[in-house]
Amino acid sequence: MAAKKPAERPNASKEELLKYYREMLLIRRFEEKAGQLYGMGLIGGFCHLYIGQEAVVVGLEAAAKEGDKRVTSYRDHGHMLACGMDPKGVMAELTGRIGGYSKGKGGSMHMFSKEKHFYGGHGIVGAQVPLGAGLAFADKYQGNDNVTFTYFGDGAANQGQVYETYNMAQLWNLPVIFVIENNGYAMGTSVKRSTKSPSLWERGAAYGIKGEAVDGMDVLAVKAAGEKAVAACRAGEGPYILEMMTYRYRGHSMSDPAKYRTREEVEKMRSEKDAIEHVRDLLLQGGLATDDDLKAIDKEIKAQVNESAEFSKDSPEPPVEELWTDIYA
Amino acid sequence: MATEVLMPALSPTMEEGTLAKWLVKEGDAVKSGQILAEIETDKATMEFEAVDEGIIGKLLIAEGTAGVKVNTPIAVLVEDGESVSDTPAPKVAEAVAPAAEAPASVPAKAADPAPAPAVVAKGWPHADLPEGPTKTMTVREALREAMAEEMRADPTVFLMGEEVGEYQGAYKISQGLLDEFGAKRVVDTPITEHGFAGIAVGASWGGLRPIVEFMTFNFAMQAIDHIINSAAKTLYMSGGQMGSPMVFRGPNGAAARVGAQHSQDYAAWYAAIPGLKVCMPYSAADAKGLLKSAIRDPNPVIFLENEILYGRSFEVPTDPDFTIPFGKASIMREGSDVTIVSFGIGVAHALAAAEELAKDGINAEVINLRTLRPIDYDTVLASVQKTNRCVTVEEGFPVGSIGDHLASTIMQRAFDYLDAPVITCTGKDVPMPYAANLEKFALITPAEIATAVKSVCYR
Repeated sequence: MAAKKPAERPNASKEELLKYYREMLLIRRFEEKAGQLYGMGLIGGFCHLYIGQEAVVVGLEAAAKEGDKRVTSYRDHGHMLACGMDPKGVMAELTGRIGGYSKGKGGSMHMFSKEKHFYGGHGIVGAQVPLGAGLAFADKYQGNDNVTFTYFGDGAANQGQVYETYNMAQLWNLPVIFVIENNGYAMGTSVKRSTKSPSLWERGAAYGIKGEAVDGMDVLAVKAAGEKAVAACRAGEGPYILEMMTYRYRGHSMSDPAKYRTREEVEKMRSEKDAIEHVRDLLLQGGLATDDDLKAIDKEIKAQVNESAEFSKDSPEPPVEELWTDIYA
Repeated sequence: MATEVLMPALSPTMEEGTLAKWLVKEGDAVKSGQILAEIETDKATMEFEAVDEGIIGKLLIAEGTAGVKVNTPIAVLVEDGESVSDTPAPKVAEAVAPAAEAPASVPAKAADPAPAPAVVAKGWPHADLPEGPTKTMTVREALREAMAEEMRADPTVFLMGEEVGEYQGAYKISQGLLDEFGAKRVVDTPITEHGFAGIAVGASWGGLRPIVEFMTFNFAMQAIDHIINSAAKTLYMSGGQMGSPMVFRGPNGAAARVGAQHSQDYAAWYAAIPGLKVCMPYSAADAKGLLKSAIRDPNPVIFLENEILYGRSFEVPTDPDFTIPFGKASIMREGSDVTIVSFGIGVAHALAAAEELAKDGINAEVINLRTLRPIDYDTVLASVQKTNRCVTVEEGFPVGSIGDHLASTIMQRAFDYLDAPVITCTGKDVPMPYAANLEKFALITPAEIATAVKSVCYR
């Protein structure tokens, strides 16, 4: 096994680290369970797992306040759990049951929670980018200091509407944080095979938008960058781009054999850069938690995920009348 | 040799204008490119430049004259040393509007059996209007008034689009709104339909009620993913948690001589999408009443206007609470022999055809659908049950048309009442040609409608 990154002195309290550990672990265990349920035929269609990228959403949610909004692509389970949506409601949506956030009518890629200011869950690559800027437009219009986290991948970063949005977001000084989750692959096409740009965040410079690249496997680095971006945005300095250098361990979707990369590459990331292991090391080596403390958390999370899986199986399918509801308000 | 200076056409749909001001006087020497006059179209005041050099021999039209038809001689330019009296008096009749110059939808030749009236309004039946006082206004004014009233009533309503603010609207629909509501609520966008449509949908989720103006619906093709995938489907996909209360509006269908990429009727496309509502007004009353309803509606509404109708005048109720509910067709003309169902500018053609048919003793009922989603099937079916014959009229392509849908609905729900097959009159199955004669053939005409009606009446 390759050498792990030595544990630095954490710039975070014990409580914070335990919180991040717990939240990232919830996403990972939830996604593993979703993969299982998919294999059992309980989840259908497309299912895009977030395993490996957990530090991005957990770190950024740590920089958010009540009222802030978030919108993302179809790889959305992690974002929903990180912003406090109930795992039961998310899992039941994956199984297409009435207890799901969208009553089973949205599915894995199209889920929303108005209460938690989560605006989807979008299946069209890049579409969430102007939508997120529009949410920010509404906040600016209403004169509050909320910001909108608009997540998209390295693949979406080549969509034209992203640049149309950059232009207007900067022109109108919108409080939107563009979070590029660069996991290296747009489905099966590596970043190197889809662009000659040396970095994605720098493209914002053409529109005058500030930004930076961030170690997206380090939750503390993510949080620090998030706080900086949020502060600028809330101060009325307009949009900000964060390019999160991250990695997904699983295929693009459940049906992706991932032949476009080597097993060694995945193993190297898992063993050297894993976001959860990183926080675990910080806690243990810093003497902030014991093995037993963390085992107790693992157990709790496992129980919570199992509960969500049970709920998602027990919740009934939507009644047939639901076919005809929610088409018009 | 004297040269006549003719009233210019300054927009694709301009038929006449006001000679607002002469900037030269008789005896002045003018150079090519010099500004001769200011001419007001229904959209803007334009400067009119000299093409040829010469001396202004005579000004034929006094400044301030309104309703000067395109191609009317307005001045005579003479060469140095020549006088106006050396040249024959301009033959106005010859100069006015050769057919090739006139917009195809307004046939200029007197021989055309059923020209669509250039300025409709007075005289047409207004069975659809509620009791009470009315005033005459253009479709353009009605749309503007609807937006202004709703923006006054609800601070979350705002308008965004290309040239809606400082330019005062590409078609002057939003004229004056920037002055009244400011740049926060009348938002000029870059030319970026996909992007700003998406931003508007996001803003609707964030608690606002956007009105998105597309300069024409042809350009909305760039934005159709957000209209359908983001705006129309989100209420359903969110299990009813959040919808998109907003309006997408702008001119739709053929204008005049603007060719294939600028001349398409999207009515049937949008009407096919669950989650959208679709309006297509004909009159100014439709425009005002429906647009107010659209802005207040909690769903995404496609509002299909027509450039040729913008300048036409109609009676509109003065009641500030006047609105038109969706899904309620209006019977524009009652009749007993045949039902003609149309919407938008098709209603003008249908009414013109009905007037001609009346001369042949055929009494046509003309229904203006006003909204295409929802469609008022009941009014159509009740009429067909009375007349036993139906012709549908629209400008769009024939395959998968609104007429196809109505014909199948009538077949399924009123088969036993039909005395003839339903005929669907549509635009031709071709991209819109540019040539004036071909464009005329591509569009639906009152004459074609009359032929179809005679066919279903076995006449």
